[in-house]
Amino acid sequence: MAVEQEIVLTVRNLSKLYGPGCPDCLSLTGPEAGTNICPRCHTIVACNGVSFELESGEILGIVGESGSGKSTLVRCLYFDEDATSGECCFSAFGDGRANAFAQTSQARRYIRNHLLGIVYQNPLMGIKPHFTAGGNVAEKLLTADVYNVSAIRQRAAALLERTEVPLARMDDFPAHFSGGMQQRVQIAKALANNPPVLLLDEVTTGLDVSVQARVLDLIKEIQQDLGIAMLVVSHDLGVIRILADRTAVMQHGQVLEFGLTDQILEDPQHRYTQLLVHSTL
Amino acid sequence: MSATVNSAATPARQPRGYNFAFLDENTKREIRRKLLKAVAIPGYQVPFASPELPIARGWGTGGLQITMAIIGPEDVLKVIDQGCDGSVNAVNIRNLLVKTTGVDTTFDTTAASIVQTRHRVPEEPMRADQILVLQVPIPEPLRYVEASEAKTREMHGEMDYSRMWVYLYENIVQYGEISIGARYPSLVNRRYLMDPSPIPRWDVPKLSMSPTLHLFGAGREKRIYAVPPHTLVEPLEFEDFRFRVEEFSGRSCLRCGATDTYMNELFDRVSGQKLYACSDSGYCDKRRAAQERRAD
Ligand SMILES: Nc1ncnc2c1ncn2[C@@H]1O[C@H](COP(=O)(O)OP(=O)(O)O)[C@@H](O)[C@H]1O
Ligand SMILES: [Mg+2]
Ligand SMILES: [Zn+2]
Repeated sequence: MAVEQEIVLTVRNLSKLYGPGCPDCLSLTGPEAGTNICPRCHTIVACNGVSFELESGEILGIVGESGSGKSTLVRCLYFDEDATSGECCFSAFGDGRANAFAQTSQARRYIRNHLLGIVYQNPLMGIKPHFTAGGNVAEKLLTADVYNVSAIRQRAAALLERTEVPLARMDDFPAHFSGGMQQRVQIAKALANNPPVLLLDEVTTGLDVSVQARVLDLIKEIQQDLGIAMLVVSHDLGVIRILADRTAVMQHGQVLEFGLTDQILEDPQHRYTQLLVHSTL
Repeated sequence: MSATVNSAATPARQPRGYNFAFLDENTKREIRRKLLKAVAIPGYQVPFASPELPIARGWGTGGLQITMAIIGPEDVLKVIDQGCDGSVNAVNIRNLLVKTTGVDTTFDTTAASIVQTRHRVPEEPMRADQILVLQVPIPEPLRYVEASEAKTREMHGEMDYSRMWVYLYENIVQYGEISIGARYPSLVNRRYLMDPSPIPRWDVPKLSMSPTLHLFGAGREKRIYAVPPHTLVEPLEFEDFRFRVEEFSGRSCLRCGATDTYMNELFDRVSGQKLYACSDSGYCDKRRAAQERRAD
């Protein structure tokens, strides 16, 4: 029996250009053109008509080589960057029909603070080393209008415990933490406001191999416990294999192939995906 | 009529060689334009040119420039520094203003039409027909948490004060309370975070919903801002860590006996005791004079 899944995030035709842009940028770039640089105006087309739906509670993987536009996609969804064109709708905002990209900066900030969490590859992009570990989690709660110190401390303690940061370190500064522990603080912060959607960009890429496995397990557990929908971006098919239910393969800013992760790994359709799969198998 | 004086409102007593209130009329008009903008957007820091004065920048020039721009010959001026009319800075600023305007001065808050102050709001409630001009060293409340001016402007634009809140949270974690004394960050009109200048916490509630116009001037940093009459000023506070004013319970002024004023702590070397006296010297003197009259 097929259960109709709720869609928590819909992205339609998201494009992001770095450069002046011309009418032909989108058609002259992409996998077929073999480049993400417009030959006519030299604009970089980092994302080119990206569309997908994120279902509640699922982990959607985005895989592709370096420069294929994965981080740009995530940064646009978190409003770190302004998408050049396209739409993005959250089921929890404006009846799921309002285009988040077209909202005022206040409304976008509301979405970011209440409906999204993000974990960057570099922990220091997401947390501040001169705020305590608890203070970093507090920051996310404060942006979501929680103004009660004991409530903040309780929530921060629970999240840090959940992400296996020793409670004794709650009032210490992450500047002195290992990379793995900084990353776990960043995850705790991203979860603080109970977001329906979590964005993760190469979360294990900078970490030691031994630490990587534990962080991946943690992400999987959190997803199962809390049922948060996650967009997991990685150049590493190994990470995608462990985490993602469905996967999109990106190249030169476009989604080349989309489907169940198992199918993509076992029976890749595109030549590029085949190369990607076989080089890591 | 002197050629250098182009103000129509030149009193007879004014010495020659200066325009009324030192600054030329165009400069004053420009400052008044910025003041109008500041009043129109309560708590918003308006950049202004901060003209040269015969006083080094940072010694109350921002307040002085505002006072010069708004003062007229009929005004009665009071100048205080840390509550005191007699301190060197207050005397210098008062002398400069009197010399260039010829206005009457007073130590009595209730008798003044303009009060220029550093670090205090007078104890006696001010009225709608009075203006309080505050000298500001650091106009940017977010300077606690962000060094870049471009970033703090963006944070104000977005009303993104979460980092200030984290700063207060960390303060509580570290000290068990919010340890900020003066310069307590406060939200004006539910919109802009403001540095109320280095007044003690004691004075912050006086700014809120007051009938008086409050003008803030930072000469070195070239910023003007305002709390217009009847405007909400809310010190940042948590639900479980409320904003509190300084505690003086059980203490009284050694000069006038007041128990309800902001007090300076004094140390008596002979007895080794801590003593307290009103910081607002004008108010203290007034109370003592009234007590003496009653005793007669
Ligand atoms: N701020 C920027 N300015 C110009 N080009 C950029 C910028 N950010 C990314 N790019 C370019 O956009 C493309 C996609 O980059 P990115 O999204 O970081 O890819 P990925 O995360 O998949 O490695 C690359 O060609 C990159 O050089
Ligand atoms: Mg990347
Ligand atoms: Zn082009």
